[in-house]
Amino acid sequence: MSNDVLVFVEHLNGEVTDATYELLATARKLAGQTGGSVTAAVIGTGAASLAGGLGGADQILVADTDALGAFNPQGHAEMFASLVTSRQPRVTLVPYTSVGMDVGNHVAAATSQPLVSYCLKVDAGDALTATCQLYSGKVEADVRVDGDTAVFAMLAGAAPADGGRSGGAGAVETIDATVPDLAVSFVGIAEPEAGDVDITAEDILVAIGRGIESEDNIEEAQELADALGAALAASRPIIDQGWLPKTRQVGKSGLAVKPKVYLALGISGAPEHLEGMRDSSVIIAVNSDPQAPIFGVAHYGWAGDLFDFIPELTDRLEG
Amino acid sequence: MNIAVLLRAVPDPVEELELDGADLDRDFLGYVLNEFDDHALEEGLLLKEETGGSVTVYALGMADEVEQMLHTAIAKGADAGKKLGDDLDPVDAHGQAAVFVEALGEGNYDLVLSGVQASDEIDGQVAMLVAAGLGLPHVSVVVGTTPGDGSVRVTKEYWAGITADYDVALPAVLGIQTAREAPRYVAVARIRQAQESGALEDVDIDQPDNMSGVTITDMRLPDEGEGAEMIEGDEEAAADKVLELLQAAGVR
Ligand SMILES: Cc1cc2nc3c(=O)[nH]c(=O)nc-3n(C[C@H](O)[C@H](O)[C@H](O)COP(=O)(O)OP(=O)(O)OC[C@H]3O[C@@H](n4cnc5c(N)ncnc54)[C@H](O)[C@@H]3O)c2cc1C
Ligand SMILES: Nc1ncnc2c1ncn2[C@@H]1O[C@H](COP(=O)(O)O)[C@@H](O)[C@H]1O
Repeated sequence: MSNDVLVFVEHLNGEVTDATYELLATARKLAGQTGGSVTAAVIGTGAASLAGGLGGADQILVADTDALGAFNPQGHAEMFASLVTSRQPRVTLVPYTSVGMDVGNHVAAATSQPLVSYCLKVDAGDALTATCQLYSGKVEADVRVDGDTAVFAMLAGAAPADGGRSGGAGAVETIDATVPDLAVSFVGIAEPEAGDVDITAEDILVAIGRGIESEDNIEEAQELADALGAALAASRPIIDQGWLPKTRQVGKSGLAVKPKVYLALGISGAPEHLEGMRDSSVIIAVNSDPQAPIFGVAHYGWAGDLFDFIPELTDRLEG
Repeated sequence: MNIAVLLRAVPDPVEELELDGADLDRDFLGYVLNEFDDHALEEGLLLKEETGGSVTVYALGMADEVEQMLHTAIAKGADAGKKLGDDLDPVDAHGQAAVFVEALGEGNYDLVLSGVQASDEIDGQVAMLVAAGLGLPHVSVVVGTTPGDGSVRVTKEYWAGITADYDVALPAVLGIQTAREAPRYVAVARIRQAQESGALEDVDIDQPDNMSGVTITDMRLPDEGEGAEMIEGDEEAAADKVLELLQAAGVR
């Protein structure tokens, strides 16, 4: 085992994601604790041209190949796993994203290392420890890894991305880019169609969650939004039910928004939702559960029934 | 296509959680089907309707609600259910995956489906650990499938509405985020029929071991008073205050 920290570089359409820079920021801190260095592995299309942007790493391993498409859940995972096997880092970091989930789980299983998911914070002192968010953000857990090495899947926002953009030696090493036999083949990528409303450009968003209960009740929220001159946004379950179009979804798999005012109605505040709205200037949450995690990021909150609240506010705005 | 769907009972997210040391206080905790597993079941049933074959649902007997959960799935169209163990203590994702790997071994399934994640999987996602255990390819965060010839085309969601399609050779394991269609409802009468159908088999297993190599040393509920300034009073007071805040933010 080395004392190094190995980071999986997530990239799409020729850009390294912020999630990767957040990992590099965490990796710099951890390398300081272990006395090792930060290694970043960038695999796939355009890998060589991305290395220059990874100055937060001390070494950048580049496996440039077009054979994996934008991302290949099996190919990227197996190629990264073989690096973990050969380099033996003390700590391996992946982002807790759609891409990182495929990679992290596979690497941990293939190398028989513990995997710690939903991480907010990792420490590499005598033992590897982490603080994680469980039960959709309702509980924080401290964990200790029994062995010397582990893979950590980091939640978005765990460290500032800017902390991972520089500070390393940035030495580039080209490595074997032979792609293994694959049972999973990349077919193509699809960008979302533009919606009727661009929720990322709105000053005020009225965001509804599962607390709205039924499609019929959406009208009431729309009325409030109209009275405010705001657009309606939503958490994932509302979109998955088909009650609002995908372009209205805020969060991990939806859009990141930063309106002047974000009014969250009946949204619990799962980490996947929070990562899309926590940077809003003023967050006001209404939720009948006083312990809902949304109150942890909201600036103002009212613990009560959204069906009592909506008509009161709509009245005041229309009156 | 012969499909296995893994279902998992998770603490009901609408319940107030209480802690007992480094775990939840589970004495009075209610359990529900993990929301993503409901989508996995739906996708499985849709695939079966398209291709023929069967759907078999599996769950660990970790909560009283599991039997009802499996009967509900059978009522929705699953052909058979297997309840693995009874009155088991909670076990980590690695331990669960090991049980499923063993149970699925004989099944010759073309496809194993599971929800993309559960809120308590601190040591990884069961679907992908099962894939590793079975030596099968996997794709997670799947939002739709189309059956092909010896393969299935899956749509995986990245973020910001961006998706990618993959052809996955069968057999394979998929972590389902969202089914093509909203999960179906089923009448209580059908669930009662399922209870009498004998389609649910109780499989005896020993209490599985935790196998993650990760120990939870402490659990906390987020600190009260941290975060939002809470508005006191009724809905009128709340609306008054929010109007004030809108004015202060310069949007009113
Ligand atoms: C890979 C992945 C990506 C994801 N991406 C996203 C994403 O982009 N965006 C997203 O939002 N989620 C996403 N999720 C889902 C996320 O995990 C949560 O399931 C989701 O955010 C929960 O939505 P919710 O808060 O509306 O529902 P719930 O968690 O069910 O919360 C409903 C809330 O409403 C409250 N409530 C109920 N009735 C009332 C009432 N009458 N008045 C007031 N309050 C009431 C309840 O107290 C509860 O807090 C993703 C999940 C995964 C696995
Ligand atoms: N859509 C569903 N699919 C499978 N099981 C379900 C579903 N809805 C409810 N259940 C299970 O049935 C139990 C009783 O639910 P309910 O009838 O809604 O009180 C729950 O605890 C769940 O375990």
